Amino acid sequence: MKKTLTCIECPIGCTIEVELQDGNVISVQGNGCPRGRLYAENEVVCPKRVVTSTVRAKSGEMIPVKTDAPVKKSEIFAVMEKINATTCELPVKIGDVLVEHISDDANLIAAGNA
Amino acid sequence: MKNVYDIVIIGGGPAGLAAAVAAYDNGVKDILVLERETRLGGILNQCIHNGFGLTRFKESLTGPEYAARFVDEVQKRDIEVLTETTVLSLAKDKTVTAMNTTYGVFSVQAKAVVLAMGCRERSRGALNVAGSRPAGVYSAGTAQKYVNIKGYLPGKSVVILGSGDIGLIMARRMTLEGAKVYAVCEIMPYSSGLKRNIAQCLDDFNIPLYLNHTITKIEGDKRVTGVVVSKVDENKRPIAGTEMHFDCDTVLFSVGLIPENELTKEAGIIISPKTRGAVVDQNRETPMDGVFACGNVLQVHDLVDYVSEESELAGKCAANYVLNGNGERDEVNVINGKNIGYVVPQRLNKTVGGMVKLFFRVTNTFRDCSIRVKCGDKVLLERKKKIAVPGEMETLLLTEQKLAMVDSDLEVELTEN
Repeated sequence: MKKTLTCIECPIGCTIEVELQDGNVISVQGNGCPRGRLYAENEVVCPKRVVTSTVRAKSGEMIPVKTDAPVKKSEIFAVMEKINATTCELPVKIGDVLVEHISDDANLIAAGNA
Repeated sequence: MKNVYDIVIIGGGPAGLAAAVAAYDNGVKDILVLERETRLGGILNQCIHNGFGLTRFKESLTGPEYAARFVDEVQKRDIEVLTETTVLSLAKDKTVTAMNTTYGVFSVQAKAVVLAMGCRERSRGALNVAGSRPAGVYSAGTAQKYVNIKGYLPGKSVVILGSGDIGLIMARRMTLEGAKVYAVCEIMPYSSGLKRNIAQCLDDFNIPLYLNHTITKIEGDKRVTGVVVSKVDENKRPIAGTEMHFDCDTVLFSVGLIPENELTKEAGIIISPKTRGAVVDQNRETPMDGVFACGNVLQVHDLVDYVSEESELAGKCAANYVLNGNGERDEVNVINGKNIGYVVPQRLNKTVGGMVKLFFRVTNTFRDCSIRVKCGDKVLLERKKKIAVPGEMETLLLTEQKLAMVDSDLEVELTEN
């Protein structure tokens, strides 16, 4: 089976063809770099995304946040629910952990200074 | 604040910040940055998604993270910044008049000025969509500010017109926050957004992209209640009988960006009708001596990484102007030829040494094509491309050797093989 993907690793957006046999990747073509190969190999097995959003600080400001690693695509909305139930005290610095293990794969960290 | 500065930079977004740091590092320490908003960083502050900085920092940063790296660099240096300060005018003698609540209306005299005002979204009014004027119609960037800065969701059921990157990003953002996005309509046969944004903002959430479609009616009295979407023919005229109806309470427009050049025009600087930015040479110097322009106020870039790169060039050249002045100008024009929408820089000053990178956009989607730079009958450079699309800025590098061959206007053209 062949799957065609658009790589999301960088703005070039290579079109990548992945050939699968019995659920195993047997070839990856069209990727312009090693990151693309890795993306394609993961994407056909278990697609993951970094989630970016905001958390409202207790004082009212919106703080940009992100997961510090990609989370399973199927868990994005569950992660969003946890993000929207989160608040924090100021000040926060880029990289501060706001929620540990927001999913199996990632923590939620501040993505802006405030 | 003083009355005189070596360099005044108008705008504290990615362009202004990079220009300030570069000017400082190239020997001019007396710099003032004027920013309209309450904090530095410009539009990056509301672009909370990731994907910034891959070219420059080799990692994927959010907008605020990318901005913070440059704000840190500015703060490490002795660069003066005034926020919540709106610039009112730029005079021919490089007097900058501005206003804020601390100083009222005030003027500063600059030896060099860097224009870094960025761009703004094209508004709905330019498009003449039929219907009354109900609440619930926003530009995508305004919606982005509501959600990401203010923390309000401006609607629950959404149709987006235009498939620019901000529209695509907001399709995902609104979806993540619980809104239902029914459709993204694009009047052109292609999206002007990045392919990866089609994949991760629309495809990931099963949001349909209707190419060759536009909104032909907005319904609702006090609040938007729905829209009519129609297919368009090759002349972008709606085709009768193709109407689709969507119930929705919100319409977002993501229909292009316009460099914000009111100050530039008032100063009498020539604006290119193609880029809607100032006409510049390879140093990003406008025809007004000592006035430079960079970033999205000059040409709308695809990536902030390129804004930073261009602005560092402008900052460096502004510093050089302050320290050494301008030499003689010996200029040729750089013309956008067949199938090329625009080229920056529009002028080449032959007395400036070094390599020159030409930035341009093609006018349509072309496959198996050749792009070449010609000088009269001479072909200075030719590059074959499998595909060229208007949504992606192209570049060609002219080496010093090639530039030595320039004896008349240059022309960039694309032909299909």
